[in-house]
Amino acid sequence: MPTIKEIKNQLSNKNISVQELYYDYYDKAKKSKLNSFNHLLDPEYNKENINSSQIRYDEGKDLSLDGIPLGIKDLFCTKGVPTTASSKILEKFIPEYESYVTQNLLNDGSLFLGKNNCDEFAMGSSNETSFFGPVINPWKNKNNTDSQLVPGGSSGGSASAVAEGICVASIGTDTGGSIRQPASLCGVVGLKPTFGSCSRWGVVAFASSLDQAGPITNSVEDAAYLLSSISSHDPKDSTCSNHERDNFIESIGKSFDRRITIGIPSDYLKDINSDIAEQIENTKKHLSKLNVNIVDVEFTTTNFALSTYYILAPAEASSNLARYDGIRYGYRGEGNTLEEIYVNSRSEGFGEEVIRRILIGTYVLSAGYYDAYYRKAQKVRRLIKNDFQRIYNEVDFILTPTTPNEAFQIGKKLDPISMYMNDIFTVPTSLAGLPAISLPSGLSKNGLPLGIQLIGNYFQEKSLLQMASLLEKEFCFNE
Amino acid sequence: MNNDWELVIGLEVHAQLKTESKLFSSSPNQFGSDPNSNVNFIDAGMPGMLPVMNSGCIEKAIKTGFALNFQINPYSVFERKNYFYADLPQGYQISQFEYPILTEGFVEIETENEIKKIRLERAHLEQDAGKSIHDIDPKYSFIDLNRVGTPLLEIVSYPDFNSADEVINYLTLLRQVLMYIDVCDGNMQEGSLRADVNLSVKRPNADLGTRCEIKNMNSFKFIRLAIEYESKRQIQVLESGGKIDQNTLLFDTSTGKTRPMRSKEFAHDYRYFPDPDLLPVHISNTQIDAIKTTIGELPQQKLVRYTNEFKLEKDVAKIIISEKEYAEFFENLILSNSIKPKLVASWLVGDIFSFIKDKDLEIKDISDKSLKIIELLELIEKGTISSKVAKGILVDVLENNKEPALLVKELGLEQVSDNDELEKFVDEALVGEEENIKKFQSGSDRVLGYFVGKCLKATKGKGNPKVINDLLIKKLK
Repeated sequence: MPTIKEIKNQLSNKNISVQELYYDYYDKAKKSKLNSFNHLLDPEYNKENINSSQIRYDEGKDLSLDGIPLGIKDLFCTKGVPTTASSKILEKFIPEYESYVTQNLLNDGSLFLGKNNCDEFAMGSSNETSFFGPVINPWKNKNNTDSQLVPGGSSGGSASAVAEGICVASIGTDTGGSIRQPASLCGVVGLKPTFGSCSRWGVVAFASSLDQAGPITNSVEDAAYLLSSISSHDPKDSTCSNHERDNFIESIGKSFDRRITIGIPSDYLKDINSDIAEQIENTKKHLSKLNVNIVDVEFTTTNFALSTYYILAPAEASSNLARYDGIRYGYRGEGNTLEEIYVNSRSEGFGEEVIRRILIGTYVLSAGYYDAYYRKAQKVRRLIKNDFQRIYNEVDFILTPTTPNEAFQIGKKLDPISMYMNDIFTVPTSLAGLPAISLPSGLSKNGLPLGIQLIGNYFQEKSLLQMASLLEKEFCFNE
Repeated sequence: MNNDWELVIGLEVHAQLKTESKLFSSSPNQFGSDPNSNVNFIDAGMPGMLPVMNSGCIEKAIKTGFALNFQINPYSVFERKNYFYADLPQGYQISQFEYPILTEGFVEIETENEIKKIRLERAHLEQDAGKSIHDIDPKYSFIDLNRVGTPLLEIVSYPDFNSADEVINYLTLLRQVLMYIDVCDGNMQEGSLRADVNLSVKRPNADLGTRCEIKNMNSFKFIRLAIEYESKRQIQVLESGGKIDQNTLLFDTSTGKTRPMRSKEFAHDYRYFPDPDLLPVHISNTQIDAIKTTIGELPQQKLVRYTNEFKLEKDVAKIIISEKEYAEFFENLILSNSIKPKLVASWLVGDIFSFIKDKDLEIKDISDKSLKIIELLELIEKGTISSKVAKGILVDVLENNKEPALLVKELGLEQVSDNDELEKFVDEALVGEEENIKKFQSGSDRVLGYFVGKCLKATKGKGNPKVINDLLIKKLK
C-alpha cells in the first residue's frame, strides 16, 4: 500500500491528479463487499475540495494532507454529512457542525471519502453491533477460507477499509481498545493518543473520560502524518490539554541517541496462546537487534482492569446516551405520553449491546450501589495509573500483545463476557489515559495478522512513534 | 399561630446569576427573548457537544460567599444529576453535589425582639432546565429551551426559621445582598429568585416532625401564604391523630392550598456522578483576594454607617439601603458636602420618592437630575428659599429640568430675611388682633404660631419664619 508521503509525491509530480486519485479510491470503496462504510461521499460532493487541492499542488503550496482520501469513523460529526454512530437512533441524523478533529483534517487539505462503519456507539469488539450490519475483515483464515472474519471493533470499518486499501487511512476512536484491537486483527497500524491530545468536541460520546480519537493507517509514518493534524488544543473541550500542534513526522525512522529500555509485563503473558507468545518472542529478538534494553516488569493491578473498565465506561455511557430520547432529533418511537415516547424511542432505537451497557451503567450509579461499584472503580483506576507510573520510573516503553487472539468468525462469539475479554490488553492503558500504538508484528498459524502494543508515557507520542517506526522496519510486515 | 406548636423551616433558594452567557455555553443569558432563540448546540444536547465552564459564574459564587459569610472551597466538583424530562435536553442537569463551592455560611436577620443568626449549609452552582408549557394546546406540550443552562446558585439554609416573618425577612435580606453584589437581578416575577420551603411542625422540646417540601415559589406573598396554609394543615393532621407523609408539594396560587406533586415528578434516583466532561474547579487564594476587592459595601454595612456617621433615623436609612440604586443616588447627592446628609435623606425618602411614585418612574430615570437636586437643597441650606417654596418648585425642577436658582429668581421666590422689610408685614398682621395679643401676653404660645402663619401667608411663603418669629416676640413683649 502506498504511504501518504508516496501519494503526495505522485500528486506533486503530476503522475496522478487529485481527482483521479479520489475516483480511484471512491470506485474501489464502492465495489468493496466488506461493508466498511456506512456512507460514501460522492466525488460531486467533494468537487470543490478536490479542485482547490489540485490548485494547491499546481502552485506547489500543498498542505500536509492535501488530496489524501480518508475514511472517518461514523462517530465524528461531519457537517451536512450523515452521522449515525452506526445506530438506528441516529439513522437520519445530519449534524450542522464539524467535529474539531475532522475540521483539522479538512484544514490540512484531506478529502473525506465517507463514514466508516463501527460498533453501535463504539460499543463492541467485533463490529457486529452496528445497525448497518457487521464489517468483514479482508483477511482470510488460510485453513478455513470460506468463513468471514470480524475486523475487530469498535473501529472495525476503519481498520477493514485501510487494510483493504479502499481509503489511504482512517480516523477512529478508542475507548478501551477500539483503535488498537481492530488494527491488530486487520494487520494495520492503530494509535490511541494520550487522553486529552485530541479534542472530543463533535465526537459522539461513549465514555467521556476514556474516548480519544486516533489514526488507523498502513504505516507508522502515516499515523504520524494524521496525528500532526489532529492533536492540538481545543478550548471547546475542557479535558483537552493545552498544547500546540506538533510535527510527529520528523523523528520517524531516526535512531535514538540513547539506549531505550522497554519493559515487558510478565503478568500480561500468563495464559496467552502460542501464536501470541511467538509474537512477543519475535519482537524481543528485533528489539535486541535495535540495541534496546529489555526488562521484565510486573503490574499489580492488571487483573482488575477489565472489571473497572466495565463499570466506569457503562456508567458514563448510561448518562451520555440519555440525550437520545427521540424528542429533538433522531429516531422517535410511537407513544401517547412522554414516557411512552421515551421508552419506545430508546427500546427500538438502541441495539442489544447498547441497552446492556446502559443498564449496567444505570445499575452501578444507583443509590445504594454507587459506593460499591462506581466509587470503588474510580479508586482502582487511580491505582492502575499509579502502577503504570511506578513502572515508567524504570522503562521508556512497555510492550504487550494487542489482543489475546487472532480475528474470529463473524457470529461466533455470543456471550458478552468472552467478547469483553478481547480488550484485556488494551483496557489498562485506556484507564491510565496513556498513549499506545498497535503494530502488525506477524502472522498466526492460520495466516492471520497479529499485533503488538507499545505503550508510552503521557504525551510521549513523538518517541513512541519513533520507536514504533524502528520496529516496523524490523518486522517488514508490509512486504 | 397556635402556641402549642412550633414551626421548623429550612429554605433552598435558587438565584439566577446575572451573567452575559450561560453556565456552560456561550448562548446569551437573557429573559424574555423569543422562545428557543437563546439556544445553541450545547444547550440543545446535540451529539458530541461539550460544556465549557463560564468562569464569570465562579466569580459570582465567590462574591456571594463573602457576602453570606460562607467558607469558599478551593476545590469543588460539577456532577451530573440524571433524569429524563422533555425540557432537559442532555438527560442530566450539571450541578454540584459532594463538593459544593460554598459551605457553612450565615446571615443575621432582625426579628421582633432580637437579631437572629440563620445558618447556611451550602451553596452550589447548577444549570437551570428549560420550560415546558402545557396550557397552550389541549393535546401537545410546548418546550422553550431558552432557560436551559442558565446559571443558578442554590443557597441552602439549615432549618433555622420558626415563622413566615423570619422567612420573609431572610429572603428580603438575601435578595438585597445579591442585588448589591451584582450576582442576581432579584426579579422575582421573571423567576430570578425562587425558593423551595421545607416545613415541619413539632411540640416545644419535642423531636423534629416529618417535613414537607413546597417547591418553586417566586413571590414573597405566596411564600407567606404557603407557609401559613401548610403549617395549619400539618397541625390539623397531627391534632386529629394523623401523621404527616414526607411529600413534595406545590402551592396552588388559585386555591391558596398546597397539594402533592404527582409522584412521577419527584420519585427519582438521580445517579449523581462527577461530570467527566469537566475538570474539578480549583480556586486559588489570589483569585479569592482579587474578587474580594470587587464586592463593595454591603447593605447592612451601609445601614450602620448611615445611622452612625450621618445620624440618619434607622427607618429612613433602611428605606435608602433597601435598593442599591437608592443608596447610590443618596451617596451621590451628599458627595458635594454642601448639604447635611440628614436633609438629603429626608428629601429623598419624602418628596423625591413621592414624585417618582406619582409619575411611575424609577430612580434611574432622575439620575441625571442629581446636580439640580443638590442646587435646590443648597438654596434651602443657605436660607435663600424656604422648604415650603422648595417643595413647590421640586416638580418643575425634576419634570421640566428647570434650574432651581433661575426658577427662584424668575418667580421671585427668594426668602426675605431683611428685618426692615419683614417688620411691615408683622405690623400689618397685628392690626385688629388686640384680643389675640392679650392671649399671648397672658401666656398662650399657640397664638405665636398663628401670627407667624399669618405673616408667612402675607409674604407668599417667602418670609424667613425664624426672622418673623423673632420680630413678633420683640413686638409683643
